[in-house]
Amino acid sequence: MREQILKAIDKNSKISAADLAIMLGSTEEEVKAVIKELEDEKIICGYPTLINWEKIQCERVTALIEVKVTPQRGLGFDKIAERIYKFDEVQSVYLMSGGFDLTVILEGKTMREVANFVSEKLAPMEAILSTATHFVLKKYKEHGLPLVQTKTDERMLITP
Amino acid sequence: MRNPLSKAVMSIQPSGIRKFFDIVTEMKDAISLGVGEPDFDTPWHIREEGIYSLEKGRTFYTSNAGLKDLKIEISNYLKRRFGLEYDYNNEVLVTVGGSEAIDVALRAMLDPGDEVLIPQPCFVSYEPCTILAGGKPVIIELKGENEFKLTREQLLDAITDKTKVLFLPYPNNPTGAIMEYEDLKPLVDIIIEKDLYVISDEIYSELTYGRKHVSIASFPGMKERTIVINGFSKSYAMTGWRLGYAAGPSVIMAQMIKIHQFAIMCAPTTSQYAGIEAIKNGDADVEMMRDAYDKRRRYLVHSLRNMGLECFEPYGAFYVFPCIKSLGMTSEEFATKLLNEEKVAVVPGTAFGNCGEGYLRISYAYSIDNLKIALERIGRFVENYRK
Repeated sequence: MREQILKAIDKNSKISAADLAIMLGSTEEEVKAVIKELEDEKIICGYPTLINWEKIQCERVTALIEVKVTPQRGLGFDKIAERIYKFDEVQSVYLMSGGFDLTVILEGKTMREVANFVSEKLAPMEAILSTATHFVLKKYKEHGLPLVQTKTDERMLITP
Repeated sequence: MRNPLSKAVMSIQPSGIRKFFDIVTEMKDAISLGVGEPDFDTPWHIREEGIYSLEKGRTFYTSNAGLKDLKIEISNYLKRRFGLEYDYNNEVLVTVGGSEAIDVALRAMLDPGDEVLIPQPCFVSYEPCTILAGGKPVIIELKGENEFKLTREQLLDAITDKTKVLFLPYPNNPTGAIMEYEDLKPLVDIIIEKDLYVISDEIYSELTYGRKHVSIASFPGMKERTIVINGFSKSYAMTGWRLGYAAGPSVIMAQMIKIHQFAIMCAPTTSQYAGIEAIKNGDADVEMMRDAYDKRRRYLVHSLRNMGLECFEPYGAFYVFPCIKSLGMTSEEFATKLLNEEKVAVVPGTAFGNCGEGYLRISYAYSIDNLKIALERIGRFVENYRK
């Protein structure tokens, strides 16, 4: 039941517990209880909205920064990752396999703001060996949902 | 001038669906719950494989019965999913959709006057294809109280000395009914004793909810007298690719291949390449779609019952078949009024046979949001007429 609920709300967090209960063949009370449980256990960590900011002409830049770090004795990468993710402008931080260690996704109002963050906050940190900043030019798809095209139903209205 | 038309073709009534289709198309901004095809796009990896085959210039005919690799995959699939064993080499035919397979199977088996048992409500092509193949359709009227399953008694009653073929259309379009192992079992000994052949239309076999599809061909003694029809349209959302197949005993398949060879040549090559990808690597897509359909199914059944419409639990396909007899209207009246007053299109049960009177086919091959709007309107309509 937990997995079913998570799968269902992964793509649509606005779905009501009552509807979910009907769709999963359960009761509203049970669904609510399970969701509460998932929230308490921090399995559900929040309910953000997927917004296409480009459409409202809002100045916003996203950068993906590849970071190489020296892991710290006894703490590994976690400590340095925490120091990075605590900044408000940081959207996501992932530990990576391969050629670099951390992916940092950053949002800022302007390229200058992002550049300042990297040069003044990120790069000078002691454990950080190098950074490579890539700016996002256009977003096509996020969280499994395409941002660019809308689809219309082109099927014939009635078919056998 | 002589009459240019054949008597057989003139004896066939135009499809009831067609008539309703014409009315609906006239209507601006109607919401339709009337389609018999998935709302999902064909999964991208499958489409991509079709595109790749075009890029590679694979634009030639294939062998008549279909690409060897596709036939091997079909044979593996039938084994893996339903425990059916078919030799890809002479027991599998790739067709232009399940529809062609139905037509070719009938033409391969029927002599003039042979009777074909057609349990209705059912897909619209069985009856006309039987007539065109020279056979005589004998309709078995399935009953709501049996949840539209074919019973042993009904089968026995319909059999005569001339009966040759029985259609088994489960999971069923339009009712959503399925026949499970216990439902099929009582039919098997009659079929064998009366020496009938079965055309088992299993096109919706991947779309059953909480219960596994059972093919009649998996019963001892049935494989040699069953043509299993299946395809890619419903399971992989590939209706427009026109790709289906038939599997059965080689004696019949050889003749079906002969007809297919002269009438069609081969199924579209691009579709066949895409089909290989679908059947080999498409299990996760099927599961995702089945899961989505199941949620909508529950939602739809729940809402219709809340309106006070009697509605048996449909365990297959993507249709719900509610009974509207309590409103004192015919199916066609209900559907026409609903369209005019609330702009929602559903298909009258009578489009699938006379015994569909009093029922509607409502498809849930639509997003939940779409279903919600439509159900609100249907609810308002039903309430108005209950007063």
